[in-house]
Amino acid sequence: MSYAAGVDVGSTQTKAIVIDENGAIVGRALIDTGANVVSAAEKAFDLALEPNSITEEEVGHVVGTGYGRFRVTFGNSQVTEISCHARGAARMFPGTQTVLDMGGQDTKAIRVTPSGEVLDFCMNDKCAAGTGRFLQAAAFALGIPLGELGDTALRAEKPVPITTTCTVFAESEVLSWLGRGKKIEDILMGVHRSIAQRSIALLRRVGIAEQITFTGGVTKNIAVVEVLNKMLSTRLNVSPDSHFMGALGAALFALDHIAASNRPVAQGGSRA
Amino acid sequence: MNFTAGIDIGSTYSKAVILGPDGRISARAMLNTGFRLAEAAKSVYQSALAQCGLTESDVAYVASTGFGRYQVPFRDVQVTDITAQARGARYFFPATRTVLDVGGQTMKASRLDDRGKVWSFRVNDKCAAGTGAFLEKTARYMGYGTEQIGALTSTSTTPVTISSVCAVFAESEVINHISEGQTPADIMQGAIVSLADRALQSMKRVKMEPEFTLLGGILRFGTMGDVLRKRLGSSVNVPDDDLAQYSAALGAALLARQRLDKVGAREAALTAV
Repeated sequence: MSYAAGVDVGSTQTKAIVIDENGAIVGRALIDTGANVVSAAEKAFDLALEPNSITEEEVGHVVGTGYGRFRVTFGNSQVTEISCHARGAARMFPGTQTVLDMGGQDTKAIRVTPSGEVLDFCMNDKCAAGTGRFLQAAAFALGIPLGELGDTALRAEKPVPITTTCTVFAESEVLSWLGRGKKIEDILMGVHRSIAQRSIALLRRVGIAEQITFTGGVTKNIAVVEVLNKMLSTRLNVSPDSHFMGALGAALFALDHIAASNRPVAQGGSRA
Repeated sequence: MNFTAGIDIGSTYSKAVILGPDGRISARAMLNTGFRLAEAAKSVYQSALAQCGLTESDVAYVASTGFGRYQVPFRDVQVTDITAQARGARYFFPATRTVLDVGGQTMKASRLDDRGKVWSFRVNDKCAAGTGAFLEKTARYMGYGTEQIGALTSTSTTPVTISSVCAVFAESEVINHISEGQTPADIMQGAIVSLADRALQSMKRVKMEPEFTLLGGILRFGTMGDVLRKRLGSSVNVPDDDLAQYSAALGAALLARQRLDKVGAREAALTAV
């Protein structure tokens, strides 16, 4: 039995997925990236192997992805996270036309083919607005754990408009609303709407399609999902594994490598 | 008595200046703005009045400025920070043609004509890049407070190149530099150099011309002025001591005086008729 693995080293969290020959997930792990990127990648990989006691030798190919993909020292190759999210999304939700990936420090809108190839994409590059960091800053300013943000926001009755773009300014804006006696849930709903609006603007740039698959760490936030559903008048494809989509895509690319190396060398082929 | 006052409610600090009938600064005060702007305005005003032994009734005209200028309940008029800074800059340095103002959450460059009127300006509005927040965050990521920035940069030998623009993304970059063994002093100095470069871009956009006057809270860190002096290859004006932080409040007080004189002249003309 040979396995394939994908390790997605994100700015905030590192994800690892191990799949079997059929592409079924047999192990997953999620840890904070922290300052030591190399050891985060190793640790996530080890944790993903654990549940089925798979040894490293049984893993035929490892693909690294995410901003720290070149720090996956044991990786056999690297693929950009854009390709990986597209591939993972098409696998988990066949029929996916557009992928919205919201991570800790970046947000991407990707247009994909039915087989998961990237047609077009668009991302924030110079600015943290509309990324998970925006939510993190609000959580910090209001003293609420990140995991409780979504539930708190959904209790809003009169959402407050958040008008600043910059994450730094939003922190001040949140505090000034608090100073004016607004309720935490109403401020938070404003924050969630603002991040949703920015990601919809990104989606528009690649074209909004019927089937949108939502990936990345922000998928854990139920309020973002609900607000996006409402604003887009659709139901986004989301699964509990959406957070692992990049790692899954990477693992699928790893599986391709294994299949290619097992295939007899084609005539005139020069592969070693 | 014919005193005037300027109240500058900035994103980080609120400043008040009381100007005497002779056009000299009678008192100045500063405190953290916090999130209750009207209260900050009142306290900073009272604190300045107390310093020179005056009461509100001694002040004939109050002008407010800064991002919180509409939250000053006792104002007679409000003026934009661009106008106030231009006036403040010309008070200290009458030949000023280009003003750079770097505050806690703002960066503004403006070009004045030979009479001191604002001819063009640029402000950051959507982004904290190039503002004090960038420095504050960089310092905080390394465990330093804003007030330690000056001392920290004084020991820098070779500033690190900081490439992120976003104050938020600077965090990952700072962590990378630290893990590569760079010193906090060189990273901090690098952040100031990157800020100065952004400031320079804004100054170019307004078609800068000497003399250059640098204002705002960030100028209290001497390195900012030094870096800009080097980059511009020209001398720059920076008000002494902490006055760079008070120039907008001062400019507002000067504009209040002008208003007061105009009103006075009109009333005199009316009574003459």
